[in-house]
Amino acid sequence: MKVWELIFSTTFLATVIRMTTPILFAGLAGLIASQAGVMNLAVESIMLTSALAGVLISAWTGSAWIGLLGAVLIGIGMGFVIAYTAFTLHADMVLNGVAFNLMMTGGTVFLLYVATGQKGTSTGVPSKVLPTVNIPLLKDIPYVGEVLSGHNVLTYIAVAFTILMFYFLFKTKIGLRIRMVGENPAAAESVGINSKKIKYLAMCLSGMFAALGGAYMSMAYMSWFQNNITAGRGFIGMAASALGGNMPLGTLMASLLFGVADAVANTISSLNLPSELVSMLPYVITIIGLVYYSIYLSKRKAPASKAKEEPKPSEEGKETI
Amino acid sequence: MKKFKLDFNLIRTMIAIGIALLLALVIILLTSDDPWTAFYYFIAGPLSKAKRFANVIEAMLPLVFTGLSVSIIARTGVFNLASEGSLFIGGAVAALCGVLLPLPPVVSPVVILLIGGLAGMLALLIPTYLRVKWNANEIVSSLMLNYVLYYLGTFLIRTFVRDPDSGYLQSTKFHAEADLPVIVPGTRIHAGAIIALLCVAALYFFLFRSRLGYKVRMVGENPKFSFYSGIPYALSIFAAQALAGFVCGLGGATEMLGMFDCYKWTGLPGYGWDGIIVATLARNNPAWVPLGAFFLAYMRTGADMMTRYTDVQNEVVSIIQGVVIILLVAESFLAGWQKRRTFKEATENAKLEGGAEA
Amino acid sequence: MNQMIHRDPDDFPVGEEILRMSGITKVYGNGVLANDNVNFSVKKGEIHAIMGENGAGKSTLMKILFGSEQPDRGEICFKGRVLTIESPKKAVELGIGMVYQHFNLAESLTVAENIVVGQEPDRGIFFRQKNAYDAVEALAKKYAFDIDPKSRVRDISVGKKQKVEILKILYRNSELIILDEPTAVLTPQETEELFRQLLLLKQNGYTIIFISHKINEVKTICDRMTIIRAGKTRGTYDVSELSANDISVLMVGRDVVQKIDKPSAKPGKTALSVRDLCYRNEHGAVMLDHVSFDLRAGEILGVAGVEGSGQRELAEAVSGMLKAQGGTVALEGSDVTGGTPGEIRALGLSHIHEDRMSYGIAKNVSITENLIANRCDSGELGSKAFFDRKKTSSLAEELVKEYQIVCKSPSVPIGMLSGGNIQKAVVAREMSVEPRVLLANQPTRGIDVGAVEFIHERLIRDSREKDCAVLLISSDLNEVLEMSDSLIVMYKGHISGYFSDVSALTEQELGLYMLGLKQQDGQALKEALHEEV
Repeated sequence: MKVWELIFSTTFLATVIRMTTPILFAGLAGLIASQAGVMNLAVESIMLTSALAGVLISAWTGSAWIGLLGAVLIGIGMGFVIAYTAFTLHADMVLNGVAFNLMMTGGTVFLLYVATGQKGTSTGVPSKVLPTVNIPLLKDIPYVGEVLSGHNVLTYIAVAFTILMFYFLFKTKIGLRIRMVGENPAAAESVGINSKKIKYLAMCLSGMFAALGGAYMSMAYMSWFQNNITAGRGFIGMAASALGGNMPLGTLMASLLFGVADAVANTISSLNLPSELVSMLPYVITIIGLVYYSIYLSKRKAPASKAKEEPKPSEEGKETI
Repeated sequence: MKKFKLDFNLIRTMIAIGIALLLALVIILLTSDDPWTAFYYFIAGPLSKAKRFANVIEAMLPLVFTGLSVSIIARTGVFNLASEGSLFIGGAVAALCGVLLPLPPVVSPVVILLIGGLAGMLALLIPTYLRVKWNANEIVSSLMLNYVLYYLGTFLIRTFVRDPDSGYLQSTKFHAEADLPVIVPGTRIHAGAIIALLCVAALYFFLFRSRLGYKVRMVGENPKFSFYSGIPYALSIFAAQALAGFVCGLGGATEMLGMFDCYKWTGLPGYGWDGIIVATLARNNPAWVPLGAFFLAYMRTGADMMTRYTDVQNEVVSIIQGVVIILLVAESFLAGWQKRRTFKEATENAKLEGGAEA
Repeated sequence: MNQMIHRDPDDFPVGEEILRMSGITKVYGNGVLANDNVNFSVKKGEIHAIMGENGAGKSTLMKILFGSEQPDRGEICFKGRVLTIESPKKAVELGIGMVYQHFNLAESLTVAENIVVGQEPDRGIFFRQKNAYDAVEALAKKYAFDIDPKSRVRDISVGKKQKVEILKILYRNSELIILDEPTAVLTPQETEELFRQLLLLKQNGYTIIFISHKINEVKTICDRMTIIRAGKTRGTYDVSELSANDISVLMVGRDVVQKIDKPSAKPGKTALSVRDLCYRNEHGAVMLDHVSFDLRAGEILGVAGVEGSGQRELAEAVSGMLKAQGGTVALEGSDVTGGTPGEIRALGLSHIHEDRMSYGIAKNVSITENLIANRCDSGELGSKAFFDRKKTSSLAEELVKEYQIVCKSPSVPIGMLSGGNIQKAVVAREMSVEPRVLLANQPTRGIDVGAVEFIHERLIRDSREKDCAVLLISSDLNEVLEMSDSLIVMYKGHISGYFSDVSALTEQELGLYMLGLKQQDGQALKEALHEEV
């Protein structure tokens, strides 16, 4: 009974939103890359790097906003570097992503030490946090106001970007070109679109979203940087965008699912119950969703006559995600 | 010509490592007050004492298992990233058995290792099955599966064998019979080393001498060709990935019984990701895996010593790792040079043909 | 270009020469002379056919025109200016558009999005979907294309996808439209509709190059035609000038007859029996239409036909790579319908695939390992689970020697060899298992003369001395006429003629069957079954 009370409490729902925010950013990062036909496994490393950058830059400049800006620029830069290794140096996208993740997991700790002499956490660094926002009118509505108002500014930015993402993808020229390149680069090339350029752009945007997610971790969720602060949220974001069919609304819903599971797991473990099964659930759901989606795709594509068990060589692109 | 190819790849690997080490040197020079001592410990530290060198071997063992596993997986063309979770669940299940199964000596570790291997195999086959059966992207499903396995393993440990006296999540002590014996007195190098070497040999022979291994390589190399040639696709992929999963689970179990006396992992140990580094260094050839694993373990041990005695953090190793892997997987790195070499070889070959036809 | 300006192409007078390609010569890296001093010119406002068999050089010529290949010699003059067309992008800018047989469309996007992408109607950064729909709708209406701009490409038929491709070109203000065998993927009704639209485009001043080998279609809608054979132009004619037979004679034929001597065949028992084989591809097009024949031990049965008439599907369906929707295949009396490639190979079938580099080999793997692919379960090569390296390498050495594969050593990756040597390795692999039936699909395409002769010798020797039954599919007329004992001709997925004695068959006659101008009746085709009545 106590569990149910907790779950419908306003603090719990506010926790869900807190937990969802970084996953949503990571989801947007995965989404935009997937829309361009790129599997960006390096979201995790960009988040980590930007989390650190936000802390360091805000401490040096004394401004949370400049810290955020620096984090975002560094994220975009990393997106570009990853794109360079993948599309210009032709590195395998999966191995490349893994390499960046391995590099930055330790690399951030190293850089933190070099920059501040702190080992593992930046608690001694006077970094800034981003402000929370109370929304006028909304905040005065009982219950709803308590849940929806008073969150960190990045949470609202995340929601705004989700909506903007929809318009960007479906209402702008660049969005159309990104979708074209993601689905059939040859078709895009046939009308004179430079698909490599588009993929670079998508990776830079992916870096930007990942950076916002990273900054949220170290400048809002917590007020410092620590070793592996993102704890796999980059991967979870990828899963959220895959589960959400690489659509903005779908990704938002999938991120919420992960957020709820996180919050429930937290609540349960605070009651000293085994929380692992709850934590496991969204991943299981993602796998089931993925299978369901693949079956749907194969049914839709099912040709009048099927070449029998002809092997399906792995194809890069959103169709298989 | 095969020799040339091998040489080229070896040289390429060496150059990549060289560049990364040079980068490390620069970083150390820039950040340390006493860079030469730091560099000394980093490069020569593990050789300074037998005990340090033993640490390298200890650290290398799990890397051999996951390196082997990833090498096989990469050969199939279905890039399953579940090695991480597979090793973890192998270790967790071994820990469960270590506490719960009272078995006689000798039999105990053998049975537990086999159970651990089977657990790893079942785990790793899930993304493979989803891919082969429904064409579900194995990268996403295997990444998710790693978390599922982590929570599942933790749940099992917490529910069944948790040590209630400990503030952290750890299990009660394993039965003493389950321990893998130490084989080099005065170190912690355990019988797992022998198992690892046996696995290296077995997988090498599997891949390059056995008929099934041949099929696996052909299926991974060109699925159309193997389909046309009548080589069974699903069977080959399943067999190879089952083997890879077994090796991972075995690695986890070996690590658990050899290095610990109770379950103490606080998260996914990361050996699966390390396996990708090792396999990339070894060019997916089991015979080179021990060398790759040794390199990585040596570097990490050296870095640990550097941290202990100087002001440089051991995480500098991650940067080296990352740079090496990126250079190695970037096809264009040194591609121009290779092309010239290949071109030379090809023209020589053409001359040979011309000569024979004339 | 941000704004969609729809300009009618009348800045150039109708009837004038809009394009002239003169002295075009193209030699590919492997030494194949694809175009040999080709001259070709098109008048504004006409539908001009380029006719020729596959491999005649017509697609090379069009690739040069569209900028995806560069000529070694010759010049292109478009609208009175001599130009180099270095890329397809340049071609599009000049006003040349091309519709390939394989469409370049993003399936989940709408028709309108596919058409306007790259030159979207816009306001600032925004893409004005409604304007795109309107523009496409207006364009479609003008040229009587019945298509809904809002539907998703994956939901529309192949015929409509082709219209999307044509609209893509019209939207970009091209005045010269190249259509590469546009009717190959269409149903008869769709073909009729396409023709009405092409005539409408012609009336509006567009110039159309129509690549085809279908005489009836060319006679229906084209004004003039240029015939290409073996890389050379055989003249440009008014369509009304030539009869179907004349065209056939110009298109199909050998310049040089290279006699191949072979002992006469003594056909034995039926080795491969195909009955009523039917196959539709994933687009629903009929590729095999009740194909029936018998192949007897010791004979070489040729399969002639314009490429794309179902030859590849026939070979793949017989070998188990494709699942036929109807009919049966029997190998030496046992029914193998629906078997896997592995099962059918185990019963004594070998298959030389026409796509050597994709299917025939694994190019990064050694010659030895490529040579053992079809016997990787054979007891001769080692124990049940392991290969005996001595045995595999001595097998490879033997085959390399016997089949004269020129290489440093059998451990070289096979991709390093020349095309001829790769093909010799494929032939060595497929023939050395002493198959009862050998499907040889384009066994000598694109390789040097020495290798061709060698492979021919081998095919004849195995059929005569080892009683191997050979199904020789080839678009090389000399090969199919000289090598075969008897011959079937395929047209649009069915057998249009069977000739029990090839030596009595003239090229002219063959041409008529290949191009669908003649068709034997059921009684004559029954002969191909070799059934006692």
